[in-house]
Amino acid sequence: MLLAIDTSAGSSVAIVDRDRGTIVELGEADTRRHAEVIGTLIALALAESGVSIPELSGVAVGMGPGPFTGLRVGIAAAQAFAFGAGKPVVRVVSHDAVAWGHYAAGNTGPLLVVTDARRREVYWSTYSGADEFGLPERSRGPAIESPAGLETLGLDGHARIDAAEVSAASAGLLAEGLFQHRRAFAGPEALYLRAPDVTVSAGPKRVS
Amino acid sequence: MSASGPLVLGIETSCDETGVGIVRGTTLLANVIASSMDEHARYGGVVPEIAARAHLEALTPALTAALAEAKVSLHDLDAIAVTSGPGLSGALMVGVAAAKALALSLGKPLYAVNHLVGHVGADVLSGEDVEYPTIALLVSGGHTSLLLVRDLVSDVELLGETIDDAAGEAFDKVARLLGLPYPGGPQIDRVAATGDPAAIRFPRGLSQPKDMDRHRYDFSFSGLKTAVARWVERARDAGEEVPIADVAASFREAVTDVLLTKAVAACRDRGVPRLLLGGGVVANARVREVAAERCAAAGIELRIPPLSLCTDNGAMIAALGAQLIESGHAPSDLSFGADSTLPVTVIQA
Ligand SMILES: [Zn+2]
Repeated sequence: MLLAIDTSAGSSVAIVDRDRGTIVELGEADTRRHAEVIGTLIALALAESGVSIPELSGVAVGMGPGPFTGLRVGIAAAQAFAFGAGKPVVRVVSHDAVAWGHYAAGNTGPLLVVTDARRREVYWSTYSGADEFGLPERSRGPAIESPAGLETLGLDGHARIDAAEVSAASAGLLAEGLFQHRRAFAGPEALYLRAPDVTVSAGPKRVS
Repeated sequence: MSASGPLVLGIETSCDETGVGIVRGTTLLANVIASSMDEHARYGGVVPEIAARAHLEALTPALTAALAEAKVSLHDLDAIAVTSGPGLSGALMVGVAAAKALALSLGKPLYAVNHLVGHVGADVLSGEDVEYPTIALLVSGGHTSLLLVRDLVSDVELLGETIDDAAGEAFDKVARLLGLPYPGGPQIDRVAATGDPAAIRFPRGLSQPKDMDRHRYDFSFSGLKTAVARWVERARDAGEEVPIADVAASFREAVTDVLLTKAVAACRDRGVPRLLLGGGVVANARVREVAAERCAAAGIELRIPPLSLCTDNGAMIAALGAQLIESGHAPSDLSFGADSTLPVTVIQA
């Protein structure tokens, strides 16, 4: 059983179990209130599910891609919760969670997952399909592109999902699947896919 | 020193230091600080997004190190405290999110506290009795504030603050102008040691009689920075060698003078015979020296916490949390957010 968190788009928190599926899932779509809502969502998910912390086997978290600030809230929360509970963190690519949901609903075939990267750009990943265990097989991405640029990538044969939210339950169930079938989790780095905004000054400017 | 009191873990991520501290009441048990300063050096100042990314990576290791240093386990803790503002919002959010999740995972109460009041709270870890009211002068790269603290947990008034750059920023910018590396404070301090502080009379911001109504306790360093730049440009244009030591010493003197003039005036005006210094600029030797001279002359008790408790740190946040608990304050509601402009009157969010 996993506590699952994804804040790569809105804020989503779930408790999932490999056998019981989604036990509870709660979300807040507002993309500017991650830090405010994350604690309440976790507390409510635990309370509504009746699951006690010792019953959890770990904490799953979506590592993005996602815009900086919000994405970090979920990762920071997942890491700290796992630290406090003495449980492992298992990381997944957030787009893979979207794809997992798509294939779990019975769909097949190539898929394009797109999420908002702000600043007139999108994050995208493609999938060739799901494997025998229903785990999505990512063929390209995650990457960042302008919407116009995305049109030039020759992805016409793909079903397309523009995800406004990423389901923590999907992230959690994907993590359960990856664990069960001994597949690799995502790495420890947050998937910002963008360098920090900095302006390297050319040196002091004259004032006189 | 008290060996009792609540065992509190404090998390601080308002700027470029990831701080985790543990206190038991007024006893310091651990003060772990991971700084991303080196990553900001090439930009000449703190880059908010770089700081926030660094917090995310540094926080769990800092928690582990603090618990080891304090020789306590997570389950021994009575509460978690965290800075919820003021500061850089993306940086604050890392600490806020982590503190909420940590508190939930442990079933412990959470206290969201004010960073500036945290600087004042550091003083309770001195091992001596701390008296109020006190004037507090908090000076760093992120803030320059003058407070009247009547009670640490219930009554803090903002007397004044910078209306443009923080004093620490002014040090960074002038250092850059003189070709010295970031962070500027220690560099200016180093080269100023051989300079004449009276060589050049740089302006003291907001110190004219006309400023005394509206800005009696406010600070301004942007005019000073420009004056230094102009002076250096004139010298270079004239083909003169820039006397870096004298410029640094005179600049440092101007900053120090205005900081302490206003702080001592606040003590006098308000009839408060105590001054507490906090913030990274306290590392500046001249600031400490002038503070000691002027306070002695004015009969003001000067308090300066050890430097590791003056720069941003988690122990001061834990200490303030412990004081809030001991005075019976209820934990914060889980719905608080990061507030980059949290007013100093909001001691606990
Ligand atoms: Zn500070």
